[in-house]
Amino acid sequence: MTTAPEAAPTTVAGDIIVAIKDLSLSFGGVRALVDVTLKQARGELLSVIGPNGAGKTCLFNCLTGVYHPQQGSITFYGPHDKATQIVGRKPHLVNRLGIARTFQTSRLFNALTAFENVKIGVESRMHTGPVGAMLRLPRTRREERESDARSDELLEFVGLRARGNELASALPYGDRRRLEIARALGTNPQLLLLDEPAAGTNPAEKSDLGTLIRRVKNELGVTVLLIEHDMGLVMSLAERIIVLNFGRVIAFGTPAEVQHDPAVIEAYLGAPTDDDTYVPVEPDANGDD
Amino acid sequence: MSALASTTVSLFRSARQSAHARRLVACLLGLIVLAVMTGPSGSNTAPVSGFTGSLFHPRVLVFIAIGLGLWGLITAQHRWGEALKRTNDNLMTLPRRMMPDRRVRLVLYAALLAVAILVPLHVNAFWQDVLVDQIGIYVLLAIGLNVVVGYAGLLDLGYIAFYAIGAYSTAFWTGALPVHPPMVLNAFWAIPFAIGTAMLSGVLIGAPTLRLRGDYLAIVTLGFGEIIQIVATNLQGVTGGSQGVIGIPHPDVNLLGIHYSWLIDPLPYYYLLLVFVVAALIAYSFLEHSRVGRAWTAIREDEVAAQSAGINVLKYKIMAFAIGASTSGFAGMLEASKISFIEPGDFTVQLSILILVLVIFGGMGSLLGAVVGAAFLQWFPWYLKEHPMFGFQDQDLYIYLGAILVLTMIFRPEGLIPSRRRKREFGLAEHGLGTADAMSGTTDPVP
Repeated sequence: MTTAPEAAPTTVAGDIIVAIKDLSLSFGGVRALVDVTLKQARGELLSVIGPNGAGKTCLFNCLTGVYHPQQGSITFYGPHDKATQIVGRKPHLVNRLGIARTFQTSRLFNALTAFENVKIGVESRMHTGPVGAMLRLPRTRREERESDARSDELLEFVGLRARGNELASALPYGDRRRLEIARALGTNPQLLLLDEPAAGTNPAEKSDLGTLIRRVKNELGVTVLLIEHDMGLVMSLAERIIVLNFGRVIAFGTPAEVQHDPAVIEAYLGAPTDDDTYVPVEPDANGDD
Repeated sequence: MSALASTTVSLFRSARQSAHARRLVACLLGLIVLAVMTGPSGSNTAPVSGFTGSLFHPRVLVFIAIGLGLWGLITAQHRWGEALKRTNDNLMTLPRRMMPDRRVRLVLYAALLAVAILVPLHVNAFWQDVLVDQIGIYVLLAIGLNVVVGYAGLLDLGYIAFYAIGAYSTAFWTGALPVHPPMVLNAFWAIPFAIGTAMLSGVLIGAPTLRLRGDYLAIVTLGFGEIIQIVATNLQGVTGGSQGVIGIPHPDVNLLGIHYSWLIDPLPYYYLLLVFVVAALIAYSFLEHSRVGRAWTAIREDEVAAQSAGINVLKYKIMAFAIGASTSGFAGMLEASKISFIEPGDFTVQLSILILVLVIFGGMGSLLGAVVGAAFLQWFPWYLKEHPMFGFQDQDLYIYLGAILVLTMIFRPEGLIPSRRRKREFGLAEHGLGTADAMSGTTDPVP
């Protein structure tokens, strides 16, 4: 078990990037999220954990405008503290605000190359329209050059520069995960939502991924919200952890605090334990929600 | 007798066990049915003479031979199918692989253009008309629909509606309709109006309906195509009703010392069309390899992922729809002013389907495919007309087209000259990754 990061704040300091308040989402009679409230500080690496079906991916879908929760609010604070309500906003507009995501089972554009996948993300911030594209106006060509350069940079950043011309579908699993992160980073996010990035990866890929996520946070200054089942990864990366069970927040705090929280232990193991070492439960990789 | 029965029983048994035998029986039965269908008919006095006359007649041997041949083909397909497919693929991609160099490609395109310029000079007036009315116009329509279906993956079954809108707005602006425009233009200056009106109607139709997914969009566009035709028929005071509109003037330019009039000679129309086709080809190929084209591919592959990569899905779909519509509108304008007569019967749903067939046959998403596919399929029936074979008759046209389409879908679902991206999608679908039928666009809404 990796040790918890040093001096993780239990309470959130002033600079908040996203605040979720009393969020409730239900599908018919199923209550997927119940009064979820949480705040994430800018630059903080927050992790959401919980057993399968706890509502983690639902939370992401609310945060990215895919689901429309019946109750509650999600406020995103952009640069210059401009507050924007996420609930009711379309996914591409949420992305435009500066929230990017990856998916639990990777959703790449399989018939396109790795490079083109990233470029699509980068280009979403550009302005070339159909007329400019058809006439190949100078601005179009300039934007092409810019997005080419930026896409190369991002591929380099995630360590896929050499595989840029390969089809996304031809990449090994771990690389697909990294490519999805590169595509998300292409949209220039301030908040990056990673949905089980380590699912299905081997131990070597997992540790590379941990390094990559740390670099996203430290080098690019992107705030990361991480859903992950791999407790080793969560405990080594997260500064704070939120635990969901049956759509409710049952605990939050530093990794050390959460590890010893009786409610968390009960949710995962079904019974309290006095063993000091936390036994991570490894549910199957793609069974959430 | 019992020996015959037991032979039959054992034959059936072995036929049920062996796939080869099963196929053999199916082929033979099918051809025997065909022999009966094409044989002499029975009469009141000899009701079974139709059967006896076709089955106990030497001609049945020909059908059995065909049946055996068919069985042989199917068996070969099963045994060497993979190798055949590979050979087929190699043959089809040969031109692409032989000219990876951009200059070689440009030379080839220049040669094609030269052929397109020179051919009409060496054919008779009948074929010149065919080149414009049947081939050129449909090539342009196919290029336009290719943007909608091939690039953006939207199944539009009412594409001809925009062609009608282009034609009727030309009639309106040239003063040929019962209602009169604010100012009467000649057909040439009606071009921007025809294109603009078609584009606008594309946006107006697209904005509410493109929110729908796959199959629903197909139904709505199908309905829209019908509505346009019915409106043109019934709104007599505006459109001239079912009698159509006569006297749409030919285009004519008088600008900066250039004076030119298009008359009834088809050649000038052909070259005007050629200019627009080439312009559209260049523009759309730039478009395909731009931000816009990549966004379309992304939407076609995975709408949810495209949205979360910041792509405004609806905007790009409307864009594709509007570009396709404006292309169709121009084709309508040109045809209306060349023939100088239009009627609602020119804009049937069959035509929408026909253009879709041209695009699918050529290869969805492939410009060269759209051109070659449309040119071939539109030329072929006229060629048959001049050189009748297999007892070809005009009304059989759709049977032949149907057969060609079925064969294409079985043996080459990605089309004659597939686009590279589309081909990859088909390849991936064969390995169970994603849906090749991106045309239906039924991405699950929940990630």
